Amino acid sequence: MSAPLIMFLIFIAITLAVTYWASKRSAGASAYFAAGRQIKSWQNGVAVAGDYMSAASFLGIAGIIAFQGYDGFMFSVGWLVAYLTVLLVIAEPLRNAGKYTMADVLAYRMKPRPVRAMAALSTLTVSTFYMIAQMVGAGALVALLLKGSGIGYNQAVIGVGLLMIVYVVFGGMLATTWVQIIKAILLMAGTFLLSILVMSHFHFSFGEFFGAIGHVTYHDKGQEVVKDFLQPGLRYKPPYGPLELISLGLALIFGTAGLPHILVRFYTVPDAKTARHSVVWAMALIGTFYIMTTFLGFGAATIVGRDFIGRNGGTNMSAPLLAQALAGDIFFAFICAIAFATILAVVAGLTISATTSFAHDFWTNVIHKGTERKPGEEVRVARISAFVVGGAAITIAILLGPTANVAFLVALAFAVAASANLPVIVFSIFWRRFNTTGAVAGLAVGLIASIGLILVGPSLMGLDPQTVTGAARHLFQAKPWFPLENPGILSIPLGFLGAILGTLLSHEPSSTHKFNELLVRSNTGLGAEKATTH
Amino acid sequence: MPDAVKPDKNGQTMWDRVAESEEFRDLMATKKIFIIPAFVFFLVYYFLLPILVGYAPQFMSIKVWGNVNLAYLFALSQFFMAWTIAGLYVKAGDDFDRISKDIIGKALDPERAKGDK
Repeated sequence: MSAPLIMFLIFIAITLAVTYWASKRSAGASAYFAAGRQIKSWQNGVAVAGDYMSAASFLGIAGIIAFQGYDGFMFSVGWLVAYLTVLLVIAEPLRNAGKYTMADVLAYRMKPRPVRAMAALSTLTVSTFYMIAQMVGAGALVALLLKGSGIGYNQAVIGVGLLMIVYVVFGGMLATTWVQIIKAILLMAGTFLLSILVMSHFHFSFGEFFGAIGHVTYHDKGQEVVKDFLQPGLRYKPPYGPLELISLGLALIFGTAGLPHILVRFYTVPDAKTARHSVVWAMALIGTFYIMTTFLGFGAATIVGRDFIGRNGGTNMSAPLLAQALAGDIFFAFICAIAFATILAVVAGLTISATTSFAHDFWTNVIHKGTERKPGEEVRVARISAFVVGGAAITIAILLGPTANVAFLVALAFAVAASANLPVIVFSIFWRRFNTTGAVAGLAVGLIASIGLILVGPSLMGLDPQTVTGAARHLFQAKPWFPLENPGILSIPLGFLGAILGTLLSHEPSSTHKFNELLVRSNTGLGAEKATTH
Repeated sequence: MPDAVKPDKNGQTMWDRVAESEEFRDLMATKKIFIIPAFVFFLVYYFLLPILVGYAPQFMSIKVWGNVNLAYLFALSQFFMAWTIAGLYVKAGDDFDRISKDIIGKALDPERAKGDK
């Protein structure tokens, strides 16, 4: 048995023990969906970090920096700064006025059924797209990390899928929270060790380290090139590079605060004050992590080199290969296990947010008009839908296969969160005149604009030469109609516009009358859901 | 909150009465004074980064210390900007909590509210 596989099994054993422990404490809806609202601020902060820092950030950003230098570090910045929107605008009102989902806040003063139906659709879209991207990435990655152990892409996808279903079905939000906490601590520890090792390679001299970044040598089409990797522009080139950067920034800044799996985390704490403090905890961890991507990414570029990484699995292997180069096979196995833990914690968070939205918004409130027919029905429906969501994600990931281009699904998830969810949450908290038509229009326009612009953008539309075959070919063989991979710069204004026009073109006095209730609730916490005892 | 949504003789619910109270206006004013400038500042500061890197790459490539250029230092400063605003917000948040507690106390106990006036 290979060392990475042993470490994977140790992690799985620990998380299953946590799930068993949590399963005895997850009776009742508030316990199952919101961990009884008993999570402490530091725990929730660490869990938010664990929920958020996906393999795309750990392996993906390290890889982009290793291959394209400074431009990759721009991702790191946006990924942290986006939490200011969560902190200043979203976390506290959501905790004060909601119960389990973002739709709770929207439904206060609007007609609940259409608003919840649209919000559930948007939540499920974001969660499943993001999950499929994670699953395809996970399958390819685990197969690569466990090369030679007989575990291929399909087995890896099925394994990851089954584990996330087990965490969510048996352990609910409490187990998910602790899986995320364990993962975040492992990720921080591994990244910190790796950073120290990189600096020790450069004799703890920043001058030497940044000097080495100044001339990174690699081969491009057979030619040896030497580049300053701190120089911007290696990834984002004219004519559309600058716009792409701004559009990406918009999607991060406005999308993070609309990601359902992040939003549900704020229902697990006792009150708004704890929610606020937990965001700050999360920012401390997330920021420290992303600053350390400097060492991971540039370390891989200077110590391992693009050529070697390219021959041994590609960009995503940058951080594990750096670990191997600096400290040998056991440390490589440890970093691989962290990557695996990272994937599991994120997909578990996505699964629970999708199932909560389906059970609470769609089943109980849209189909059954807000009443449970039998006690415990909502939790039972959530458990069943976890199987369905997990099964669908496994099936789609296997059908797409390991070579499918799925990076656009992450861009899509952020675009939908920023263009559909965020405008509607913000208007319902801050705009008295906002109403049902506006909310439905905002969600629909944001959703359609994001999906539409990605469909006609360069991720899915492009002219390939005949030599490109299979999954690597663009879906539509034509010149892209929209030049940017990130649609935020256009889809976010469209989402806001849809919400504004829908509101102004309709009349709904009841939503205006009930605004005071939401205003007082969201700002003071009067009447907020209380923590329950286990 | 038994009478929270039942309108009184003036057609006002408890929510309307709280929303129009002096304390609540005070809370909203206290929040706005911090949140709006902080949010605008962070948006401007953050979007300067992609704008400058995208449209003025030569300027951002100016080396400040050894090989370290303006682009990297400005990107790094964003982390400290975010942490600073978060820290200030937590401090300001103590005021929000204090006023909110007062509002909740009075809303749940109308007698106390009368006695205050």
